[in-house]
This record gives sequence, structure tokens and C-alpha cells, in this order.
Amino acid sequence: MARLLGILVAAIAVTFGANWLLDSFVDEYVVRIINLCGISIILAVSLNVINGLCGQFSLGHAGFMAIGAYVSAYFTTTLRYFDEAATKYVAIEPMFASEWGFVPALLAGGLVAAAAGAVVGIPTLRLKGDYLAIATLGFGEIVTIMITNFEKVGGANGLPGLPPYSNTFWIFSFVVLVIMLSWTLQRSTFGRALIAIRENELAAEVMGIPASRLKVMAFIYGAFFAGVAGGLLGHLLQTISPATFNFMKSIEVVVMLVLGGLGSMTGAVVGAIVLTALPEALRDVESGLGLPGIRMVVYSLVLILLMIFRPQGIFGQKELSLKLLARLLPGKKGDK
Amino acid sequence: MAEPILELNDINVYYGAIHALKNISLSVNEGEVVTLIGANGAGKTTTLATVCGLMRSRTGAVKYRGKDIGSAPTHGLVKEGLVMAPEGRGIFPNLSVEENLRIGAYARTDKSDIEADLKHKFEIFPRLHERRRQKGGTLSGGEQQMLAIARSLMSQPKLLLLDEPSLGLAPLIVQTIFQTVDQVNREGVTILLVEQNARIALKHSHRAYVIESGEIGIEGTSAELLDDPRVKAAYLGEA
Repeated sequence: MARLLGILVAAIAVTFGANWLLDSFVDEYVVRIINLCGISIILAVSLNVINGLCGQFSLGHAGFMAIGAYVSAYFTTTLRYFDEAATKYVAIEPMFASEWGFVPALLAGGLVAAAAGAVVGIPTLRLKGDYLAIATLGFGEIVTIMITNFEKVGGANGLPGLPPYSNTFWIFSFVVLVIMLSWTLQRSTFGRALIAIRENELAAEVMGIPASRLKVMAFIYGAFFAGVAGGLLGHLLQTISPATFNFMKSIEVVVMLVLGGLGSMTGAVVGAIVLTALPEALRDVESGLGLPGIRMVVYSLVLILLMIFRPQGIFGQKELSLKLLARLLPGKKGDK
Repeated sequence: MAEPILELNDINVYYGAIHALKNISLSVNEGEVVTLIGANGAGKTTTLATVCGLMRSRTGAVKYRGKDIGSAPTHGLVKEGLVMAPEGRGIFPNLSVEENLRIGAYARTDKSDIEADLKHKFEIFPRLHERRRQKGGTLSGGEQQMLAIARSLMSQPKLLLLDEPSLGLAPLIVQTIFQTVDQVNREGVTILLVEQNARIALKHSHRAYVIESGEIGIEGTSAELLDDPRVKAAYLGEA
């Protein structure tokens, strides 16, 4: 535990340094993409606990993101809306007006998302497979429709004017946190129990694993970090709208997992980076070929080819480890 | 005689409108191997599912060590020593053999004894020891059944429910599995066994019940049933 804490502190120090370096020397566009990759990593790694480890196919991640984004924005942003009764515009000043309030606001967003995860998870996790996917999809839609009709936070127009608090330091601090927590979790009794539920729920139950309770806990864990990621994204984009968190966003995160290898955390990280950076990297291809729009075709083609030739994803269920690297080195025999 | 470790009294279970178990009453005494035999769809597996809390009875009581467990959750019963090895082996295919066994010990709190117990299980099942790093799904059918039994034993059952351990296995492997059942029983575990393979189940048990369309038809000691002309005709393929 002490060792883990040491790694955590060291890693956060590194992100702090990296943040300064990126801000000083690297193109703003590149920094933006790196930051978006970080947010994708948080989303993919947290969803991996639900979809990959526990095997519960959830399509509600964008809903939890939306909750996190709006709740954290509520604490940091001035809300302006038209008051029908007083027939004038009113403004509500934010509760946390300084940057110090950013982390509490993010955590609040995460906690509300986690609470929503519990409320949604307890009834829906009785469902399996496709049914659960549809139920969670419905949850995501409910969230965005409610926001669309909630004028105080801008309704369908979205909420502008979020302070630009998200930066590489905060985003990657949470990346480090979610990776380390999920890594520890994956190797704990709890993580093994989740895998057992994925592999065979009936057998897990007759081995004494309280399957329903653990599934809800995995759901809450994933929802918390989705909420935090939503808050980070909101304060990076500075404007949030319900359309940002539609179900395509959930599907995008699922695709990241499938691409990287469902159940592998390394895969989730790689899938998140590839899917976020690839469309941007393909812009060069597009301008080189002189064919506007071709990048999305290439992007889709890459996904299709990968699924044909490597249906288990880039990493399968494996994790990147020294053992795996050693096995990949030429001229050496694999461990037995 | 002492109080039975498991007692089913007047159990009625329904799948929707289908009346699957009709007034089932049976008992298992400590130290026994009791078998339930019967054809497909007779209600054998449903009976086991009712015992371990996966199905609920509308009437009567399921008593385990004198306590009514009619509404206890399945995972809670494991802590009490009532464990099922599910039909179709039900191992975790993507976990290694050793991980499968460790999950068997999930409900245990005596973490220090688990290592010793694991070693003991590897002694009983040397094949599993050879393959302890292999994924469960790569084992042969018989080995998977061994693993399922060994995994159930890791949770230190007092009463083990075995659902069709011979299903889909070659006759020679079935022999080995049943020798294991004998050995487990000798080590003090009471066993309630569900089998379609009536002959071998009767040879390896003390008492037996025959289930026919959700009702207990015949009951008695296994030796009696092996000689019973009705059992012979219907389940042993003898005229």
C-alpha cells in the first residue's frame, strides 16, 4: 500500500512536470489532443471494470459523464437563465469561484454520477446481455433529455462559460489514479470475483460470491470515474451541451474497449489513445490525398480490418507486463 | 438417529404455470451419499436449485442443520457449508486452474489455511496440479469436472450438492469421478448427488430417491433400488 502511494505521488509529480513542459514548448493543438486522450483513458479504464472485468454490457457511460459534467459545472460556473416569474435574466454565482474549487467540484460530479449508478444499477443489473445494454442506453437517453429540458443549465443550447480549469496536470492525475486503482482492484479478491461473475455467474454465486452486490459496486465505481471524466471534459471544452453526451459517446467508449481488448486494462488505454488520436492523425492523410472526408473512411476501415484480423482486440485479455515483453523478444523461449 | 443435515418437507416449485416439483420430501443424514435419479426433466436439478436457494418453494420448508433456509441467499449458504457444483461443470474458462480453486475459497475467512487446503486438493487431484497454470477452458471434460468438484471443496462444504457429474464424460472418466466422490465422502463431506446414470450413482451411494415428473416415486437404500424390478426396467436397462 505504501509502495502504491509512493508510485502515485511520483506519477503525479511527473504529470505536473509534463504539464509545464507541454504548456511551454508544445503546440496547443497537440496538447489538446493529449488531454482528450487522457479523458478517453479515464472513460475506457473505468468502463473496462464494468464491461470487461465484470462482463456487464453497459451503454450508459455518456449518461454518467453528463451528470458529472453538469454537476461539476454547477459548482464552478455562473448560471444565467431567464426567470419566467420575474421576467428578467438572472445569474447564479458559482459556489466555488476559484480554481481551488475544481477538484471538489469534480469529486461532487463523480459522487452524484456514482449515486446515479447505484440507482440505475440495482434494478437493471438483474438483466443480462442485450437487455442490460438497452436498459443502460435508455438511462443515458433519459439523462440527456432531462438536461435538454432543464432551462437553468441552458437546456438544448448547452451551458457556456465553464472556466478553463482542466489541464494536462489535472487530467493525467486522474488518469494515474484510475489506472492504479483499477490495477489494484483487478488483482484483488474483489477483481477476481468480478471476473468469476463474467465467466459464469451461476457458478460464482454457488461459490459464495454475492454477484448482484458486486455487480452494482462495479457499476458505481465505473460511474464515479465517468462522472469525473465528464467534469474534466466540460472544463476543457468550456461549453457543454446534451449533444456532447449522446449515446454515440457511450458507443465510442465501448469501441475503445473492444478495439484494445475487452477485459484488458492495457488494451483500454491503448484503445482510448488510438481512437482519440487516429481521426486527428488522419487529417494529414486527408490533406495529402486532397480528398476531404476520406479520413473517416480510413478510420472506419482500420476498425473493420482490426476486428476481422484480431477479433479479440489488440491485447485480448492480456496485460502489458514485463513477462509479456520478455516473451515477445526474439530468440527467447516463452515462460512455461 | 441424529437429526438429518438436510430435510425437504413438502416442496412445491413452479416455473411460471408449470408445476415442476410436487410435494417433494426427502432427507439426507450426516455422512451419507444420497442420490436422486430420474429421467430428463423429472425435476432433479430443480430440487438441487431449490436446496441452494436458486429456486424458491411455494410451500413447505427446506431445513439445513435444523434451520429453515427457504429464503436464504445462495452466496450466504456457502458460508454455512452448503455448496453446489453446478451442472455442465460451470468452471471459469478464462481463469487458471489455480485461480478457479482460489475463487472456491472466496467465502472463507481463514485465509491462512487456504494454502494448505489448496495443497491437499492438488494431492487428491494430481492432474490439476500438473495443469495449475493452464486456463480452465483448455482442460478436457473430465478434468473440468474434477476442477469443478475441487473448487466446491475449497469452500469447505459440509453438504456438497453434485449436479450430474457424469454428464458428457467417457465411461472410464466417469469411474474416476465417482472414485473421487467416494473419497470426498470418506473425508467427511455429506453428498447429495443428482444423476441420470442410475447404475453408477446407485453403486456409489447409500440411499436413493427416484424422481418421476416432479414426484418422488421410489425410495430406499441404493442396494434395494439396484434390485428393484421397476428401477431395473426403467433406469438400468434390464428386463
